[in-house]
Amino acid sequence: MSEATPSIQDREINRSQMKVTDEVAVEIRNMNKWYGSFHVLRDINLTVNRGERIVICGPSGSGKSTLIRCINALEEHQKGSITVDGTLLSNDLKNIDKIRSEVGMCFQHFNLFPHLTILENCTLAPIWVRKTPKKEAEETAMYFLEKVKIPDQAYKYPGQLSGGQQQRVAIARSLCMRPRIMLFDEPTSALDPEMIKEVLDTMIQLAEEGMTMLCVTHEMGFARQVANRVIFMDAGQIVEQNEPEPFFTNPQNDRTKLFLSQILGH
Amino acid sequence: MAHSAKSSVSYVRTEMLPEQAPPVSESGLVKWVRENLFSGPLNTILTVLSLLAIYWVVSHVFQWFAYGIWTANSLSECREVRNALYADGRNVACWAVLSERWNQLLFGFYPAEAYWRPVVALIVFFIAVAPVMFNFGGRKLAIFSAVSPFICYWLLWGGSIWGPILTALGFVLAWLAYGQITRKFGALAGIVATILVPLIYWRFGVAPLTGLVDGILPIGIENIQSKDFGGFMLALIIGITGIVLSLPLGILLALGRQSDLFIINKFSVIFIEVIRGVPLIVWLFTASLLLNYFLPPGTNFDLMLRVIIMVTLFAAAYMAEVVRGGLAALPLGQYEGADSLGLDYWQSMRLIILPQALKISIPGIVNTFIGLFKDTTLVVFIGLLDPIGLSNAIRATTEWNGIYWELFIFIGLCFFVFCYAMSRYSQYLERKLATDRH
Ligand SMILES: Nc1ncnc2c1ncn2[C@@H]1O[C@H](COP(=O)(O)OP(=O)(O)O)[C@@H](O)[C@H]1O
Ligand SMILES: [Mg+2]
Repeated sequence: MSEATPSIQDREINRSQMKVTDEVAVEIRNMNKWYGSFHVLRDINLTVNRGERIVICGPSGSGKSTLIRCINALEEHQKGSITVDGTLLSNDLKNIDKIRSEVGMCFQHFNLFPHLTILENCTLAPIWVRKTPKKEAEETAMYFLEKVKIPDQAYKYPGQLSGGQQQRVAIARSLCMRPRIMLFDEPTSALDPEMIKEVLDTMIQLAEEGMTMLCVTHEMGFARQVANRVIFMDAGQIVEQNEPEPFFTNPQNDRTKLFLSQILGH
Repeated sequence: MAHSAKSSVSYVRTEMLPEQAPPVSESGLVKWVRENLFSGPLNTILTVLSLLAIYWVVSHVFQWFAYGIWTANSLSECREVRNALYADGRNVACWAVLSERWNQLLFGFYPAEAYWRPVVALIVFFIAVAPVMFNFGGRKLAIFSAVSPFICYWLLWGGSIWGPILTALGFVLAWLAYGQITRKFGALAGIVATILVPLIYWRFGVAPLTGLVDGILPIGIENIQSKDFGGFMLALIIGITGIVLSLPLGILLALGRQSDLFIINKFSVIFIEVIRGVPLIVWLFTASLLLNYFLPPGTNFDLMLRVIIMVTLFAAAYMAEVVRGGLAALPLGQYEGADSLGLDYWQSMRLIILPQALKISIPGIVNTFIGLFKDTTLVVFIGLLDPIGLSNAIRATTEWNGIYWELFIFIGLCFFVFCYAMSRYSQYLERKLATDRH
């Protein structure tokens, strides 16, 4: 079992709304990406159905971040296709902005806007991208800030919050755009141990509400409890994927075995 | 916990101590003086010597300053007054040159009955920038700020009111062109049209249109030629216009230099490097001499306008590099955060990137402003009567031949006041915008 997050195992997870449907949320086909001449992603094929909670793990530099950043076009791919919510990712800026406004993303270093208050961080995109009236955007923001349990920080600046609080604000900020898919890129790796739990709790809560999630994380406790599929990447390829139980207890690929033994400390 | 306060196992503090003030010798003036002035025999000697030197200088200079003569009509009259007043033949300043030439130092050869116009223009300017500088006001004040340059122009140069109004129309045309052409032909065509349409309109459209409308409805005030402008008014007009225009232009150039669009990128780089790599004085001579060759014959392109354009372009090149430094200092995560929320390029620049980049760049920006403002004195070399030029003219008269210090001290002091005000404002702004420590 994972050592880092024993606490979330105490949590009773409500699976009533965690339903994987047949509807396809993200479809990646034969996708390849190069950084210059460096072939960073090789022939990625991945279909994510609505309601899935996918955890992506793998050694550092294996291309996990690059993969999920391709999904909302923060990185460009050179070959193959990515379809998000039925919209094909192409060079058309309109498509890209549409996909980005429907796919929420949380980063390792939160990427909050330090010159804006927490509330302004949350209302900015709804107001400017969705053209939501300010008042309504603020109500939505307060609703989600309450959900991540920091409504009382709304008028502070990000620099005045702890790391865990900042990451929860980042989640709330994404949620304010009412995304249908959430991407997480190592959301807890920059946090102190006692803050990891509060962020994971928020993520579990999201999963319980049926959000489609792709998480790059090394929180194996989270993967066991929440994910319905775990993907292992190495050297730019998807090496193995399975349901959490068989993935952890009976990995097939040697690289997976090695990785798991290192990360779980067996 | 099992341990009681009286536990014999080990010493346990039961009450936390309150905070105490430091001893007198460790705080306040005493500490400062001891540490900074008398921390050893050598330092003590140096302190005493310095104090003596300061006393000697101040007592002499102060006398020169304070006993100065304020009313006289020429330098020789000044000397007579001094000899009559002070039998000891002490050296005193002749401030009378300032009081006698006050208007000229401020306004140059601007007609006296129109002195109110630059004053009102300056007030209009301050009302226009106050909402921007101190972050208040709503839509109405913003509209006023937007039209204020045209009001100021009209107040200063006078003439038909239709000139500035029809010139302002060029910006509306640019905006329309941007919207229409971008929608129909894409972003690059839109940018080109935004630049070309108003330029063509200003070059060929404004003059005939102004004549036409003025013929129908003549409204105007006395026209005053640029050659009559001078003194601090001239320095302020060139300096303020340059400051106000060079910031947005510099921001655009900095963004251009970061852009992936090949033409825009190369244009920005070449512009910045060429303008910055050549001394301002060369550009000013270019403005005053060479432009006449390039412009179509018969165009009467005001020298002062040319100088303002050159000073603006010059400062903009510096500004671009200052802003680029701010842009580069932002973590990549800020761009990604903005992108991931679906903000488009201009939204993320305006709402996320620039506010932070400009905040980082405030010291550099103000530095460039101050440099620009002081550089306006260079226009003396192409024959404009800025304060230095005027002081030369004043010293060339028979009345004031031989006077130096008083004029230059006054000019230096005025420039210092403006530059120091800018510096203080920038510090205020930095403090106001600091959101990381509260
Ligand atoms: N902008 C970039 N330019 C060049 N190489 C990059 C860039 N970003 C990442 N890489 C390389 O691509 C590989 C995959 O990176 P990344 O997706 O961040 O890995 P992970 O998230 O799995 O640690 C790494 O070897 C990294 O050095
Ligand atoms: Mg990564």
